[in-house]
Formats: sequence, structure tokens, C-alpha cells
Amino acid sequence: MIAVGDIVAERWVQISRDSLVRYAGASGDFNPIHYRDDVANAVGLPGVLAHGMLTMGLAVETIVPWLGDSGRILEYGVRFTRPVVVGPETGAQLKIVAKVGAIDEDVARIDLTVTSGETTVLGKAQVRVRLA
Amino acid sequence: MPVNPELIGRVFPPTAPYLVGREKVREFARAVFADDPQHVDPAAAQALGYADVVAPPTFAMVVQDQTLQQLLAEPDSGIILQNVLHAEQRFRYTRPIVAGDELTGTLTVTAVRDMRGSAMVTSEAEITDAAGAHVVTATSVLLVGEGEK
Repeated sequence: MIAVGDIVAERWVQISRDSLVRYAGASGDFNPIHYRDDVANAVGLPGVLAHGMLTMGLAVETIVPWLGDSGRILEYGVRFTRPVVVGPETGAQLKIVAKVGAIDEDVARIDLTVTSGETTVLGKAQVRVRLA
Repeated sequence: MPVNPELIGRVFPPTAPYLVGREKVREFARAVFADDPQHVDPAAAQALGYADVVAPPTFAMVVQDQTLQQLLAEPDSGIILQNVLHAEQRFRYTRPIVAGDELTGTLTVTAVRDMRGSAMVTSEAEITDAAGAHVVTATSVLLVGEGEK
């Protein structure tokens, strides 16, 4: 049994420029702000950014081993509130914490907190999952 | 506002069927640090009752992206890619995507809102399988800026 406030899963993911290139190829999103410093600078960004969809994708995957079956996921939504800057040498480290936000009979809302350093990068990252 | 408000309610033609390949699912799983066996090992997926490897939840974006390309290509939209920021994303699932699925996306623009010179464009891609059954609905909110004049 789980209760509101329980942490059901957490992990740290270290991403690098290689991760961004890999995600670009896998997803088909080749926007150069995700791998070229000159383009990122030209459009006024603080640096090369991780794809928002990469952050969203790796965040939800944190709970899949706990769920056992990703088919239990009914709904998943996020707001992209802060960019994840990925330095050429340092990359970026993301911390994901998955906590039970609400339970309604056999459906739970899992709230994901995703931080890069001290910054929370996703807003209202919520997954509705079937418990039974 | 940089976006044509007449886009609201516009429904785009269904995209050409996208055949989900096992190796594509594995590649995508690796890219999102999805190491659970159901995404990469057909036997593990079959033990859960699926025909083949199960795509990670955000894989639906690959099909949704084809529908968004239709929106960006619309001559009267006013949307210029370099001015677009992805503000929100949501998926509502009937079932997960599995290798072997043949998926089609149908995009509807549901809202265009003025945001002090920018525009918030909400669109919903309904993704169905070869039998026409609902798999997932992907909703995007794009923030479209004016760009340089």
C-alpha cells in the first residue's frame, strides 16, 4: 500500500552533449539549439539546452520499474518552466523524485520533481497511474 | 498576435501510417534512459501481455511531431519555427505504444490565445492504431513569439 507523501522512486541522471545528440536522432528533433553553441548564443540562450521532451521522457521513466507495467500510466503532463543548460564538459545532472500526490480509489497521482542543481526545471509534472 | 486566430478548430488530415519498429523503440528507450526490460526485451514485454517491446511513454511525440509539422507548414498560420517554444505537453493514454503498431495522428488546433504580443497555441493530436482504435492523445501548448520585425 502507498500513502500520500510517499516517495515511490528517485534517481539521478547525468546527461551530456552526447545524450542530446542521441535524443535528437531517436526522436527526430534536430533543432540546433540542442547541439550547437553558436546557434544557441545567436538566439539569446544561456547555452545549449536539453530537449524539453528528453527531460520529460527520462523523468517519467523513473517510475516505470516501480509500476512494473508502463501500461498503468493513464496520463502524463508537464510544463517546461526552466531550461536545462548542458555544458560541453560538465553536462548536467538531473535529480528526479517521484512522490504520491493524491490517491482516488485505484488511481494515484504521482508528482515528479525534477531539478538541475538548485533549479526546478519542470512545473506540474504529474502522472496519473492505475494502481490495480 | 503573431498567429492566425482562424486556426482554432482547424483539423488536419491524418498523417501517413507510422510503423513502430522494435529497434526504434530500443533506440528511443536508450535515449531517455529507460532501462526497464519491457522497453528492450520482447520476452519481458510478452510476460506483461504485450506482443512486442513497449515504447516509453513519451515515444508518442514521434508521431505527434509529424502532425505539428503539418501545422508549421500551413501557409496562413503565421508560425515561424525559430520563434516557437514548447510550453506544455500532455499525453492521455488508452494503452501504451508497442512495436508493430501502425499509428496515425490527426491534429486539431483547440486554442489560440493572445499573450501580450505572443500567442499560446494549443493543439491535440489523436493517435490511433491500424484498426482505428484510440492509443493516445498528445496535447501540446506552443508559445509563439513575434520574433524580430
